[in-house]
Amino acid sequence: MSFKKKWVFLLVLVLSLGLLLAACSGGDNEESSEGGDSSEGNSEESGEGTLAADQTFDINIKTEPPSLHPGTASDSTSGIVLDQIFEGLMRINQDGMPEEAMAESVEISDDKKTYTFKIREDANWSNGDPVTAQDFEYAWKWVLNPDNADTDYAYQLYPIKGAQEAKEEGASLDDVGITVEDDKTLVVELEQPTPYFLDLTAFYTYYPVNHNVVDGNDEWAQDASDNYVTNGPFTLESWAHKDQIVLNKFSDYWDSETVKLETVNMYMVDDANTSLEMYNSGELDWVGDPSSPLPLASIPALKQEGNLNISDLAGVYYYAFNTEESPFDNVNIRKAFASAINRQGIVESITQRQEQPAMALVPPSIWEENKEGYFKDNDPEKAKEYLQAGLDELGLDKLPKISLSYNTDEGHAAIAQAVQDMWRENLGVEVELNNEEWNVYLDSMGSGNFQVGRMGWLADFNDAINFLEIFQSVGGNNYTNWENEEYASLLEESRTLTGDERKEVLREAEQIFMDDMPIAPVYFYTNTWLNKDYVKNIEISGLGSVQLKWGYLVEE
Amino acid sequence: MAKYLLKRLAYIIVSLFFIITITFFLMQAAPGGPFASEKKLTPALEEQMNEAYGLNDPLYEQYFNYLVNAFTFDFGPSFKYVGQDVIEIITRSFPYSLILGIESILIALSIGVLLGVIAAVKHNKFGDYTAMVIAVLGISVPSFIMATVLQYIFAIKLGALPVARFESFAHTILPAIALATTPLAFIARLMRSSMLDVLNSDYIKTAKSKGLGQRVVTYKHGLRNAILPVVSYLGPLVVSILTGSFIIESIFGIPGLGSEFVVSVTNRDYTVIMGTTVFFSVLLLVSILLVDLLYGLVDPRIKVAGKGGK
Repeated sequence: MSFKKKWVFLLVLVLSLGLLLAACSGGDNEESSEGGDSSEGNSEESGEGTLAADQTFDINIKTEPPSLHPGTASDSTSGIVLDQIFEGLMRINQDGMPEEAMAESVEISDDKKTYTFKIREDANWSNGDPVTAQDFEYAWKWVLNPDNADTDYAYQLYPIKGAQEAKEEGASLDDVGITVEDDKTLVVELEQPTPYFLDLTAFYTYYPVNHNVVDGNDEWAQDASDNYVTNGPFTLESWAHKDQIVLNKFSDYWDSETVKLETVNMYMVDDANTSLEMYNSGELDWVGDPSSPLPLASIPALKQEGNLNISDLAGVYYYAFNTEESPFDNVNIRKAFASAINRQGIVESITQRQEQPAMALVPPSIWEENKEGYFKDNDPEKAKEYLQAGLDELGLDKLPKISLSYNTDEGHAAIAQAVQDMWRENLGVEVELNNEEWNVYLDSMGSGNFQVGRMGWLADFNDAINFLEIFQSVGGNNYTNWENEEYASLLEESRTLTGDERKEVLREAEQIFMDDMPIAPVYFYTNTWLNKDYVKNIEISGLGSVQLKWGYLVEE
Repeated sequence: MAKYLLKRLAYIIVSLFFIITITFFLMQAAPGGPFASEKKLTPALEEQMNEAYGLNDPLYEQYFNYLVNAFTFDFGPSFKYVGQDVIEIITRSFPYSLILGIESILIALSIGVLLGVIAAVKHNKFGDYTAMVIAVLGISVPSFIMATVLQYIFAIKLGALPVARFESFAHTILPAIALATTPLAFIARLMRSSMLDVLNSDYIKTAKSKGLGQRVVTYKHGLRNAILPVVSYLGPLVVSILTGSFIIESIFGIPGLGSEFVVSVTNRDYTVIMGTTVFFSVLLLVSILLVDLLYGLVDPRIKVAGKGGK
């Protein structure tokens, strides 16, 4: 009997060990290690080699796009699909600059407030209609019509004269500065000179819709149907919800010679590990940012193999201080906490995606000089000085226990634990970690129920104002309760300026901001992804968008 | 019988009412709303959205609308997926979960019962131990680990089956097995113990002493009685497999209802939460009723109408 029992025990042991081993050996992938050691953007180089016969590109977009209506879309997944099938007046080119797309030319008035767009004669909709100025007017005014809900991104159109008044204050849509001069001429008047307006016209909220088809048909964007009419380099062939989107090349696109890809399969696989395995087994040509993140745990190994592509992303990861809560109502205390963070350590050993340590608000991809930043990273001595000064001002001997909040996520947790340790070591302060589910977290942040909280910001368009205006007034995305009159008036002033003058004023504002330190910036984001060697010229922008227009596959 | 059915239906409606009410108030109590996002809307825009989705109405009115909607199965559009009807979402995702569920229930039932019977017949012999080792492993290895291991061995190492997604029969094999392991193991253990009980009971001895063969005794007289606990486990099993497939669906990238159910809560997608909850509740209540009816068929000693109408 006892012999039998031992035997059973052994059997269980062997079997479970076997399972364990099978699970563990998943770490060292034998495949895909031939990639060489160039870790930076090999898809940027325009590739050599002959075009592959089969131009089918497979990518994972992670989830169902919440909306494929350009007017109601407000998230990156929808954006990734829309950017391929629609086209605005401008398109961001391979150098990251706006270039003429639906518009063949644009004239800007001397006061930089009136833009006159000429639309291409050969710009067509996928049902054969020509693209007209009316299509743009219709699309934009549809978004600005207060009767149309779900237009979360209406504020993207607010630089246009009268837009905000029409959407929010009941002013007439006829007073909005959008005028159709003739079928092919669109005149747009702006509230103020907006140096990034051309960038905006490449954004999906600014995409046209075919008003002949769409008018009176609210359901047109629900499915791939005859009513789903597009004007971009690709057309929407099919849309199996939550499963797969198929795009085909649009043969009547004005620049269709440039477009090489014939078919694009966009799968919706949520799990990051599965997505990576699909890539390894050849079911995907691309995995990772911006459409679906790589699993955190896989990054070190992928980096070692040298296959990881990394590019800058215009975004900042930061800790917001609640400037109304003691002790963070004291500027020296805030500076002490900011200086006591070892950012280099965080990006090197935790996030590991070659992020830039952030000692400023605006990412270096917008302002090159911010690579340096406004203060020194990992400066415990300075931090102790600030701490002492702050404690003296507050009349305290020792800091009370503080709490650091973040939304539940393994990456945020790892960073928060590291920062907790740095603060304890450098400032001798007890730090309590507090994590909450995303919606709950936003609620607590919004109601000021935090001391230090994690936040992030990704730019919508490539301009510093995007970051600076968050903190112009309390509320909205500014959770810090920090306000500064001078700062706000500098931002207002910048809106009437252009060129270097404008930049100077904005830099001045950033200086004020960093002197007051209502947030402790941690790092500037990057895109990290893998792509097969035969994939060329797919454009990843600093704003986290993907452009397949110029992409192609070569023979392996 | 009709009276019994009517009574059960009334119970179902009352339970549904409680489920809906509790869900509604929990949903309202949860912090955060469907329009919360990293990039905040301007206050005026948020107001317009709340107005359009009826979130500005007084609570009792929302509750009343919600009750009416739930009982008419008209849940309205999703908050998150602009313009997509909840009914549409359910009808397009449920078939995936259903196929996956049926496959794994079949696997769990057939193999589970088989293992249980083998273990009982070969009590304390090699067959018993093998079956029980499999059962213990099946219960202790969580389904998501099982899923990854299967994926690794069969899809990545052997390349025999696809890694993920749900397009052909080959795609369904791995997720169905992964989902089936835990219930399979449970059924095997359940089956073994009840089979042992039955095999030691008097009427089996009688059957044997009448000179019936071992095979007939086991399968004709033993199995039918021993399977009762498994039948009663079927009701909860069906529902737990259909709702609990979230993790498997997400690992294998299957666009099923299980993931919709879970994700809607994190999105605070009120209409989808309501739709999926009501849908799954009806499913649970009906399957329990069916199991009770099935009971009567398998075991003539139990009269379903017995308690109600004397």
